Amino acid sequence: MRIQADREVCVGSGQCVLTEPAVFDQSDDDGRVRLLAERPGPEYAKTVREAVDLCPSRALSLGEDEG
Amino acid sequence: MTDVSTSAPTRELPAFPMARGCPFDPPEQYSALRAERPIARVALPGDRTAWLVTRHDLLRQLLTDPRLSSDRTHPNLPTPVPSLQAQAQQDFAPIANALIGLDAPRHSTHRRMLITEFTVKRVQALRPRIQEIAEGCVADLLAGPRPADLVSALSLPVPSMVICELLGVPYADRDFFQSRTRTVVSFNASPEDRSAAIRALRGFLDELVTAKEREPSDDLLGRLILRNREAEVFTHELLVGLAALLLLAGHETTANMISLGTAGLLQNPQQLDQLRADPALVGQTVEELLRYFSIVDAIPRVALADIEIGGVTIHAGDGVALSVGGANRDGVAFGRADELDIQRGGRHHVAFGYGIHQCLGQNLARMELEIVFTTLFARVPGLRLAAPVAELPFKDDATIYGLYQLPVTW
Ligand code: HEM
Ligand code: SF4
Repeated sequence: MRIQADREVCVGSGQCVLTEPAVFDQSDDDGRVRLLAERPGPEYAKTVREAVDLCPSRALSLGEDEG
Repeated sequence: MTDVSTSAPTRELPAFPMARGCPFDPPEQYSALRAERPIARVALPGDRTAWLVTRHDLLRQLLTDPRLSSDRTHPNLPTPVPSLQAQAQQDFAPIANALIGLDAPRHSTHRRMLITEFTVKRVQALRPRIQEIAEGCVADLLAGPRPADLVSALSLPVPSMVICELLGVPYADRDFFQSRTRTVVSFNASPEDRSAAIRALRGFLDELVTAKEREPSDDLLGRLILRNREAEVFTHELLVGLAALLLLAGHETTANMISLGTAGLLQNPQQLDQLRADPALVGQTVEELLRYFSIVDAIPRVALADIEIGGVTIHAGDGVALSVGGANRDGVAFGRADELDIQRGGRHHVAFGYGIHQCLGQNLARMELEIVFTTLFARVPGLRLAAPVAELPFKDDATIYGLYQLPVTW
């Protein structure tokens, strides 16, 4: 599973951070999403998918080699 | 589904806003509409029409569609009161043009000036102070007479004090801004009274912002002024409008959630018992109360181009009211959607909206609500309503739903 985060689109809602703080963070400089892991292990698959669904600006997507 | 409605006379359309049956539930008509016409043509006061969206998936799809504009000054924006339109173009303009009424890409430029102030981390740093404020209010409540009004003892003071300290607005002026806010969000206020309230709020914040421009203080407004000196995003007028938006949205919404949430839990004692037995459930309790009460029901938008969706064509220029109450009770998205169930989990409710305008203050609101419910139910174990629910003064005449008073005893 590979996550893509489009920082140009992110509105800093923090939904991703609330959902999976081990994978998503908000930058101290601009409040926008910062990935702590681009290819998180399978144990994060569920919460990462949830974060992608919750992201209000649709800034998050899952890359091709998702499994 | 065919588009039968565009030519139908206004009087045959369902009227919007719709009346509630049970004060805890959204209008009953929503469920029938959701099943039959999830995007339905409705009649607004003043001979206007709009589309009403009551399905969760369609609401999320539309709120992420750039063809829908948030322009609060557009004449077709679906507002519950016709006079609001004209006012949005005049008295409201600086507030309406601040963030919430902007479309991309201007919206992103404005929002980026603020998001560092509301990140999950920044809000977590406020926890000890919010806890202290909540403890103080609950201690005063306990020391005062019984029954007491929870709205004036807890619901309004906590978020008002928090947003005042965050923005750098004197809390001593609370009666002034709370009463003006009540007028601004009321359908029943006369246009003259509403204009006067808006002008008073703007005058008050104009002075405050001017002082901070001279001498930037270490608070959100001071930091914003400093940041703006480099970025040059906001005029003075827009800074005042933004301050008004943050002050208004920062206290009135959370206050209503505290009142309704408390009433909702007291009316569902098994739910409250579960929360008391396991205080770690408070986070998902707050999410469920947000979903259940949906205090900001209709999010207004206007179409900039034709949109084909759900079997209808929304034409360019049409107003669209996106019903949060409708979407949050959608049985496809939430099992037994009309039940309050704090075990539900999940955060896909749309109480904070969806899309680029999703609530900037949502993490602050969550934290305030968690702290207030935890503190209140722990410190006042015998808390109960001092009047039947049917007799409570619900805000049926306001753009943000809630309670004017909540008599409680213990
Ligand atoms: C339970 C409490 C709250 C609820 C239910 C709520 C609800 C909402 C909703 C539904 C929107 C979206 C409006 C739209 O799309 O047109 C919104 C936007 C906004 N809210 Fe809240 N809100 C709450 C608390 C707060 C707080 C505490 C603040 C504090 C500053 C705040 C500030 C804002 C701002 C600035 C916006 C505009 C964001 C933008 O346009 O990008 N809200 N809120
Ligand atoms: S959920 Fe989306 S918009 Fe919100 S911070 Fe994360 S990436 Fe940004």
